[in-house]
Amino acid sequence: MNEFALITSVALSVISASTPLLLAATGELVTEKSGVLNLGVEGMMLVGAIVGFAVTLGTGSAVLGVCAAALAGAAMALVFAVLTLTLLANQVATGLALTIFGIGLSALIGSGYVGQPLQPLPKLAVPGLSTLPVVGPILFGQDALVYLSFAALIAVSWFLRRSHAGLILRAVGDSHDAAHAIGYGVIKVRYLATLFGGAMCGIAGAYFSLAYTPMWAENMTSGRGWIALALVVFATWRPARLLLGAYLFGGITILQLHIQGFGIPVPSQFVSMLPYLATIVVLVAISSDRTRVRLNTPACLGRAFNAAG
Amino acid sequence: MPFRLEARGQNSVLWSWLSPVIAILATLIVSTALFAAMGKPAGDALYTFVVAPASSLNGLAELGVKAAPLVLIGVGLAIGFRANVWNIGAEGQLILGAIVGGGIGLAAGDREGFWILPAMILGGAVGGALWAAIPALLKTHFNASEILTSLMLNYVAQLLLIYLVVGPWKDPEGYGFPQTRLFGDAATMPILISGTRVHLGVLAALIAVALGWLLHAKTLLGFQLRVLGQAPRAAAYAGFSGAGLTWFALLLGGALAGLAGIFEAAGPIGQLTPSISPGYGFTAIIVAFLGRLNPVGVLLGGIVLALSYLGGEQAQIALGLPKAITGIYQGVLLFFLLAADLLVGYRIRLVKRVPAGGAA
Repeated sequence: MNEFALITSVALSVISASTPLLLAATGELVTEKSGVLNLGVEGMMLVGAIVGFAVTLGTGSAVLGVCAAALAGAAMALVFAVLTLTLLANQVATGLALTIFGIGLSALIGSGYVGQPLQPLPKLAVPGLSTLPVVGPILFGQDALVYLSFAALIAVSWFLRRSHAGLILRAVGDSHDAAHAIGYGVIKVRYLATLFGGAMCGIAGAYFSLAYTPMWAENMTSGRGWIALALVVFATWRPARLLLGAYLFGGITILQLHIQGFGIPVPSQFVSMLPYLATIVVLVAISSDRTRVRLNTPACLGRAFNAAG
Repeated sequence: MPFRLEARGQNSVLWSWLSPVIAILATLIVSTALFAAMGKPAGDALYTFVVAPASSLNGLAELGVKAAPLVLIGVGLAIGFRANVWNIGAEGQLILGAIVGGGIGLAAGDREGFWILPAMILGGAVGGALWAAIPALLKTHFNASEILTSLMLNYVAQLLLIYLVVGPWKDPEGYGFPQTRLFGDAATMPILISGTRVHLGVLAALIAVALGWLLHAKTLLGFQLRVLGQAPRAAAYAGFSGAGLTWFALLLGGALAGLAGIFEAAGPIGQLTPSISPGYGFTAIIVAFLGRLNPVGVLLGGIVLALSYLGGEQAQIALGLPKAITGIYQGVLLFFLLAADLLVGYRIRLVKRVPAGGAA
């Protein structure tokens, strides 16, 4: 029974560490598939985290909190979209500006919320099933955002592969000139994809402040937004591999918490480096296969489009 | 569409210098509005951010002290960005410069010797350059994006610094605070203007601007870097080594960031602590863009962004606003700058609605 309890608790903590990565990376994947590289994930997540926290605390409704976080993330993405899509600004620079702005804005909004406690996001319990040993709490006793992360991934996967709109989105990302010539609204598609990415990053941020650690702290995502960006490369822009990547990194994050529990004498700072070092290792492993990266990268990723030439 | 963007064909020099001015003015307007929205007298915004820091000798000296690391790092980043080398890891390179240079200073202890300071400065440059060599190697040999690898190394560097100052390098007489011993006299940057905190690093920043400008405007290497950024294919046809230039841009940026780190640690701070830099490595990205990716412009950009730090501190002390407000201004400034830069490459043509069938 003790092993059961340990397995269950490790599995639950891996899921909660992976969920925000999966949510943010799913959003960014759609954005990048349309040819837009938004490096502002970290900033959008932080703003989502504080807005979700503040609204949940103020209204007492986590549903409203999550919706507000999604809107806040989308609003941040809108700033990015106006600058890069309408005003043709450099996407790399604008994404960095969005992150710097988001760190500042979230800290300003959050200055009154530091140290305030919050009820964690309720776990949904499927009657009868959630009390089963091990599988019960893992499969049938999660909070709504965990289920949402899977639902969103499946929906995005279906959308990109099977739907007509998904085909247009991929066309816009692979050849904006051809897509424009056929008559598709390149800029409109990219706006929508960017806003969707922002909303997902906002929800990912809300997961941090409502479920992962139910509180607000400055910079609480500590680089998870950048790891989500790396995950999209790791997945070579394919949703199924995103799931693998997010749970791999969730696992590494949790491993880091348990290493010292196993009695391995490593200073905690070195253990904390693990997710960042693992990101570098994984990026190198994927990127060194140049052919595969070239075949899978949206061909117009990061390039501006101006219909007037 | 109510307007159409027409490519100029050639970048407008006039607009490339007007655009930062517009961005700064727009940011001032927004910050004034923000102060008003937070219930502070709007006029105070302008005063705290612009007038107060620049209205005394000490204020100007502090401006130079804050601008020095921004300019040092900004020069390196500007040259890299020109070549399309996106080094986002200057913060980590700064920290490694402080660790290596500071390690030499700590090892010297209270010893005297003219060699100590030069060794520390060299150590700072080498430390930063070696940290930047990692993304360079991963980029040129494994094709890994330097944006993500250099950024991840910021977190690793910060954790390494914390490990050192709470672990092996901790001051045994520091009452348990996470910090090292103070550097000895021979390991501290000399003050250039007595009565102020203007240290050797301020002079170093000015030298970096001059050398950076020479490299950028007067050498073949500078030309190659610019071609690589603007037309990578042309660079390849001309036989320029893309990998070699990537290495150069990253090592140079890393060395300058490392210098900024050791000048900060052995200058105004005087020891190693977990917070050597209030985000200079990131702010320098804005400095590089505001300075038009031109070393001389970086000097001006560095001064403007140094004002935002001083103003942020002032706003915190005088008006009780959170320090994070600095980040908002910096982000907004870069937003406005990137928006105004549209006019560098494009003309805006209003499009009149023409009836169907008419010539558009």
